[in-house]
Parts: sequence; structure tokens; C-alpha cells
Amino acid sequence: MNFSEVFKQSNQLCKVSPDGKYLATCVQYRLVVRDMSTLQILQLYTCLDQISHMDWSSDSLFILCAMYKRGLVQVWSLEQPDWHCKIDEGSIGLLSSRWSPDGRHILNTTEFHLRITVWSLCTKAVSYIKYPKACQKGIDFSRDGCYMALAERRDCKDYVSVFVCDDWHLLRHFETETQDLGGLEWSPNGCVLAVWDSCLEYKVLLYSLDGRLLSTYSAYEWSLGVKTVTWSPSSQFLAIGSYDEKVRVLNHITWKKITQFEHPATINNTKAVVYKEVERRPAVGADDLSLHNITIGTTLFNTQSKYEICPPPVQIPVVKPDPDRANPKIGVSTLAFSSDSRYLATKNGGFQVQSLNWHCSGDSLILLGKEQLCLCYMDTDQEDK
Amino acid sequence: MPESSLDKDICSSSECRTPPLRQFSQSSLPLHRKSYMLSTFCTEQNVQECQSHINQEVSSLGLQPVWTESGSSSEMNVVAVLNCMYDLIQMHRRGLRSLENMEVEQLKSSGNVDYLQLTSTRLKEQLELSKRENTGLLERERQLQLKVKSLQNCLKNEKEEVQKLQNIIASRASQYNHEMKRKEREFNKLKERLNQLLIDKKEKKQAIDVLNNIGRADGKRSLWKTEKTEAKHEAEMYKALLSDYDTRQRELLLENAELNKVLQQMKKDMVSILSSKKPILKGDKYQDDGAQADSEDEEEVFDSSKESVELYCVHAREKLTNSIRLQWRRLKSHVERLDSQASLAQMGGSRNNDAVSQETHKEEMDRLKLEIQQCKDFIQTQQQLLQQQLSSPCDEETASLLSDCYMLQEKERLGDEWKTLEEQRTIFERERRNFTEAAIRLSHERKAFEEDRATWLKHQFLNLSPFPDSKKPPMSKSKSAFLISETKASATSAPEKLIRCPSGTNLPTPGCVPHTSSTADLYRTLCLIPENGATKPKRKSDHAEESGVFFNGKAPVRHKQWNDSEEHSSHTKEQNSSI
Repeated sequence: MNFSEVFKQSNQLCKVSPDGKYLATCVQYRLVVRDMSTLQILQLYTCLDQISHMDWSSDSLFILCAMYKRGLVQVWSLEQPDWHCKIDEGSIGLLSSRWSPDGRHILNTTEFHLRITVWSLCTKAVSYIKYPKACQKGIDFSRDGCYMALAERRDCKDYVSVFVCDDWHLLRHFETETQDLGGLEWSPNGCVLAVWDSCLEYKVLLYSLDGRLLSTYSAYEWSLGVKTVTWSPSSQFLAIGSYDEKVRVLNHITWKKITQFEHPATINNTKAVVYKEVERRPAVGADDLSLHNITIGTTLFNTQSKYEICPPPVQIPVVKPDPDRANPKIGVSTLAFSSDSRYLATKNGGFQVQSLNWHCSGDSLILLGKEQLCLCYMDTDQEDK
Repeated sequence: MPESSLDKDICSSSECRTPPLRQFSQSSLPLHRKSYMLSTFCTEQNVQECQSHINQEVSSLGLQPVWTESGSSSEMNVVAVLNCMYDLIQMHRRGLRSLENMEVEQLKSSGNVDYLQLTSTRLKEQLELSKRENTGLLERERQLQLKVKSLQNCLKNEKEEVQKLQNIIASRASQYNHEMKRKEREFNKLKERLNQLLIDKKEKKQAIDVLNNIGRADGKRSLWKTEKTEAKHEAEMYKALLSDYDTRQRELLLENAELNKVLQQMKKDMVSILSSKKPILKGDKYQDDGAQADSEDEEEVFDSSKESVELYCVHAREKLTNSIRLQWRRLKSHVERLDSQASLAQMGGSRNNDAVSQETHKEEMDRLKLEIQQCKDFIQTQQQLLQQQLSSPCDEETASLLSDCYMLQEKERLGDEWKTLEEQRTIFERERRNFTEAAIRLSHERKAFEEDRATWLKHQFLNLSPFPDSKKPPMSKSKSAFLISETKASATSAPEKLIRCPSGTNLPTPGCVPHTSSTADLYRTLCLIPENGATKPKRKSDHAEESGVFFNGKAPVRHKQWNDSEEHSSHTKEQNSSI
């Protein structure tokens, strides 16, 4: 692997444009745009304050820089460097800012989640959405960018509003049967909305695009519930990771559980292949091929290290988290389907894996830890294992 | 005592005894009986004996003697006799009384005995009963203990569950507390902000400041919000949903069709298998198949007509599944029959199809075993030969030769390649040397050329004469200088000179000649000046040839010039080639 020289950035704000041609980084209050192939600086913009958040628009023409402390959002254009746009939320404060899928509207969430202001860059018009819910994932755009689902809370009850992104017209507004809505996510085909409850109750509700409740799923009661939910890219499966260290997969025809994956501390399965990274100071990194799970332990990356296959049974070192604290670090926290929906990668427990991402061809997986990264290649010949 | 008296005694006593009983039962005895008994004992003859006997008896009884022998008179002492009688009667009475008592006692005791017997039987019964009760109680105790154990288990489970629930409650409580704290913090922030806003006089308004509006992403103009657009949005949403359902339904239809096809195929296969076996079995189980065969034929005919029709309705589907179940059952029974037949054939050893197949099977096995044995022998011999090979002592030469024999060819090839490489290397070295020499020469020539140029310029400036002949010697010396100046002076005139050349062949003029020679040299220097390689030599050589054509008819002086130039060109050619 070759690495370029080190560039400065602040706040971990470093993003590649959606078309892959440019790289934008933030250094304090400056925005630096580089060409992706040569890494030469193309543009340099200066904002009014330290940038807290930066994002590309979907057509890679604009970049928004949000300064939460001052309640400002500045938008820069790549085509016309002279063009400028400044959105001031005033005394109401700014909590978060994001682009709409068409790249022409900016949604600002004001402080205390009082409301969401929709600013249009085409018409300078403003729309307001009241009472958005402050939760793990309260807003989601469908993949084709046509619809936006927003979680709201009024009178101690949860609602979901579906907006048409074209003109922010409210299409549907319905109450959900959740105690405390934790998050919502569109299916990739845009026809089903998965809504789940907070961790105090295991409940996953499936609503169709027009607001009808299709199905409810609850695996158990009382214990801590859903931690993360992911759709498969083909919209056929819904994977639910929960605090009981299990992943349950539902199918899209009956919305019933078709299978359940566990993360035992000892791997006894003869079909599973466990890779252990071996180096001077042996630390455990274990991988599984086939439709089973991948769990990763902390490893110190060493160019001299190699992976050896451990024979079953393999004991994975588990750190028991303090159960008295809120949001304990147990349970399945990350799920990722490969692009052909053949593999599911999961992260269980308190392992130091920040993200799991599949390559778009579906054959390899990149694991990012705090200090190291690991690339795993699936052997596609062994698909019958 | 005489025995007769004893006998008498006995009989009298017995007689005496029985009468008391009788007396007891009957209150009075008739006197005549008594007297009858008395009369038999004592007669007038044996008075003395009787007296003595009675005396003895009485004394043995402890009474006063009735009669003393001292008196000679046979008269008895009446008083004594009466006393004796009275004593006897008293004794008798006493005896009777004691008898009564004893009888009473005996009755009592017999009553007691009865009572005791009764009680004993009763107690025995009670004992039995209590034993039974005991076993029953033991049984109950055992059951209760089991129950206790199970209840203890339940209790343990319940306790565990309670513990679990407590843990859950604890975690939920901590989660709630965390949320509460978070909300409280946010609330506090809100209050602070509210206070701040109340105090703050300057109210910052929301605003957007855009340089100019930008177009929509899709280039269209934005529409007003009307009912039509709302309806359009609804329509689009339903379209999306419907298309999704459509695709799903299509997929399911395809899957269904596939499965139906598979089922039909399976059914056909099963039917064919069963029908092929039917003639063999028809003899055995005629009754079974008889009824079914007809229905099956019917079904077959029926189903073949329906094959092309897709099974939409419930009845058709049911029919298919039922028919498959039926065929499968038949197949199963058929296979079982075959199995039983095979086992029978093994046991019986009779010649039928299965036995034949068994024999062929055995033959196969034997053949395979033989093959295995042969292979094993082969491997064995190979191993032996290999061992011999490895262990056999050979002289050093052959050993060294053999040790590398596998690599011999490769080594030879390698040697050849090394040789060619070496040759190439020497060639390259030589060429490099030539090149460096040429470069050195070139630099020298350039220096000389510069000097020539300078001198030529000087000459030119100083000696401007119209006579070209006088100029020839100096020109040959400063040929290169002239050429360079020519090129510098008029780059455009060069092509003119070239054009002039062909015309110049027919009518060679003195004036033309130096020009033609100069053009050849001119091109050479043109090539020399940019110092490019590949195409130039060719062109140069072409032009040289051209000029050579022109020169052939000329004076040898020019030829000499041409030779010089040729040499020069060859040099440069070499130089260029070495580059």
C-alpha cells in the first residue's frame, strides 16, 4: 500500500466528493479542496469561524460548512469560487446541518430540536418542520432521494412524517406504536420504512410507504433491546442487532425471523474459519468466512505480522462491561451487508472497530480500528461452505 | 391299703365326684341314691374295716378320728362321728363353695380368655391396618419429598428469574436515570437560553444571504403547491408501491412456476419408474394395483392434458400435491418390496434378477480387489527400485553427472544465454566508447567550426570579391563556416537552392556548383545542428546520394569535396547509429 503525504485537518472533517474527483478537508476555519488524482490544491475557502461540520452536495458542486457555535452555515461552489451563501440561524442556534438529496436544500436542526429549517438555495425560501425528535436516527432520506422520513414527538407520542423532497410537501403523517422511537430507516427500494424503539423495549415496526403498518417484530421483552438495524441492499432482508449479542434476520415477504446468529464467546463451529493475527505481542484478531460473523479484536498493526488459522474451539477474549452504566458496550453494534447480500459482517461487544465497510464488488471488507485497518478478502470459490 | 379299697375309693370318689356335679346341676339328690352308694361301701361284714378305713381317711383329711380302736364296743362315738360328719359336711360345703368359686373363676377366666382372644384378634387387625397405613404414609411421604424437591427447583428457578428481572430492572433504571439526567441537562440549557433571550435586547434574526439563486438540480422550474401537485405526489407514491408489489409478485410467480415444473417432473419420473416395474409385480400384488392402475392411467391421461395449463386454482394445486403424494407412497412401497426381495434372494440363494446382480457385483468386487493388489505390487516394485537407485554406490563422475542431470539442459541454456549476453555487453561497450569518442570529436569540431565561422566572417567582411575561384581554397577550409552562415542568413533560400540543384545538373555553372555542394553540406549540418538521430541519416544519405548524382559529372575537385563530405557524413552516420 502506498500512502501520500500527511495533510492537516481538524475535527476529522475530510471527505471525498460523491463523484470521486475532489477531496475536501477542513483546517480550523479554512476549507481546502484538492484534486483527487494529483492532490493539488484547487480551491481554498475561508469561513467565519471554526468549521464544525462539512459535507458535499450530492452532485459534487457545492460544499456546506457549518459552524455550530455561531449558528452559521456557509455554502461554497466549486464551479464559481466567487459565489457565496451564508445562512444565519440567528438566536435560535444550530445543532446540525445537512444537505437534501437533490443538493439544493439545506436542513438545519436548531438547538433543543425546536424545529428543522429547510433553506432553499434556488428560491431562498424557508420551510419549517416542528417538533423533530431527538433520537439515534430521527431523519432518513430514501435512496432515490424522493422521500424523507422524519420522526416527531408530540404530546408524549411518536409520529412519523413522510415528505416529498421535491417541494417539501407533507405526504403522510402517522402515529407509530413505539414507546420511544429510537430510529428509522428506509429500505433500499424505498417502499418500506423500518422503525425501531429505543433500547428499553425490543420492537421493530415496518410501515409501507403510504403509512400502513405492515408488521411488528419483537423478539423478547424487558431486557435491553435493539442496538442497530440494517437493510440488505436487495431489500430482501432486515438484520437487527440487539443487546443480547444476537443478530436476527427477517425476510421481506412474511416479515418473520428466518435466521438468528449468535456471538458465543467460544467458537465451536467446524465450518467457521478463525484467523488470528500473530506477531511478537500476540493479540487476537479473529475472522470468519461464510455466512457467519466476523468479530475483531484490538490488534497492533505490524507489517511483519501474519495471519494463522486457529483450529476450533477458539476462545475469544471478552471484556465484561459494567452493567450498571447506561448504554453498556455489549451487544451487536455494527452490521454491514455485502453488496450482493451474500455476506453479513457484524461487530459484537466492546471491540475497537470503528467501522465495517464492504467493497462495492462484494468480495472484500475493510475494517477500521482506532489505530489500524485490516482488509479481508472473501474466497468466492468457497461459497458452498 | 388294699387295692380293692383303693378301687373302691376310686370308684367311690369318682362316684362321689360326679354326684357333686350332678348335685350342682340338680339341687337335691334323691336319698335313695345316697343310701344306695353307702350301702355298697359298708356292709355288716366289713364294718371294722370300714371303720378303720374311714378313720384313716378322716385322719388323712386332718379331722379328729372318728373311732378309736381302744373301745371294744363296736359302737361308734356318735359325737365324734357326728362331728366328723359335720366336719365332712363342712368340708364338703367348703369344697363345693371353693368349687363354685373356682367354677366362677374359671368362667371368669374363660370369659377373660375369650375377651383376650377377641382383643388379640382385634389388635392384630389393627396392627395390619396400621401397617398398611404406615406403608401408605411412607408412600405419601416419598411423593411429598419428590414434590418438595420439585418445588425447591421451582423456587430456585423463580429466584434466578427474580434475580434476572432485578438485573433488568437495574439496567432499565440506570437507563432511565441517564435519560432523565440528559433531559434535565437539556432543560437547564433551555432555561438558560430562555433567560439569555429575555435579557438579550439584540435579537438576531434568521436570514439567508445568497449571491444569486442557483438552478434546481434537475433543471426544471419549481412548481406551486396546488392540489394537482399533491395529487401527483400521491400518485407517484402509489406507483412506486405498486411497481414494487408488481416485481415481487412476478418473482413469486416465477418461483411458483419453477416449483410446479419441478413437481410435475418428479411426478412424471415417479410414474415412469413405477410403470416400468409394474409387469414384474403384477403377478404378486394384483389386488393392490388393480384398482390403483386404473385410477393412475386416468390420472395420467388427465394430467398430460393439463400440463400446459398453469395450476392457478386451489383444486388443481391440491390435485398435483395429492398425486405426488400418492406416487411417492407407491414408490416407497415398491422400494421396500425390492429391499425385501433382495434380502430373500440373499438368504435363499435362488437365481433371479437380484441374485444375478449380486453375482455380477461379486465379480466386480473381485476384479477390483485384483486390480488393487496389482497396483500395490507395482508400487512396491517401484519403491524397491527407487531405494536401489538411491542407495547404489556409483563413481564420482557419474554421481556428479547424475546429481545435476535434471538441471543439465537448463544449465546449458543458461550458459548460452550468458555468452550472448557477454557478447552484447562487449558490443555495447564498444559502441559506447565510439559514441563518447564521437561526442568528443563533435565538441572539437564544434570548436573548430566556431573558429572557422569567426575567421570566415572576418574573411567575408574583409574580402568581398566577385571571383568565386579565388575563394575556393579558403572555402574548402571554412566550408563548415560557410554552410552555417548560409543556413543562418537565409533559411528560406535553402529550399530554393535545393530546387535549383536539379536544374543545375544540365547546365552546370561555376556559380551553381559551390551552391550544390553547399546544399549537401548544408543538410548535413542541418542534421548536425539539431543532433537528431534516426530519420536524419536516411534523409541525409538520400540527399547525399542526390548530390552525388549531380556530382558525378563534375570535376574531381568537387568529388574530393564530396568524398570529404561523405566521410563527414559517414562519421556522423556512425555517430548517429551509435547514439
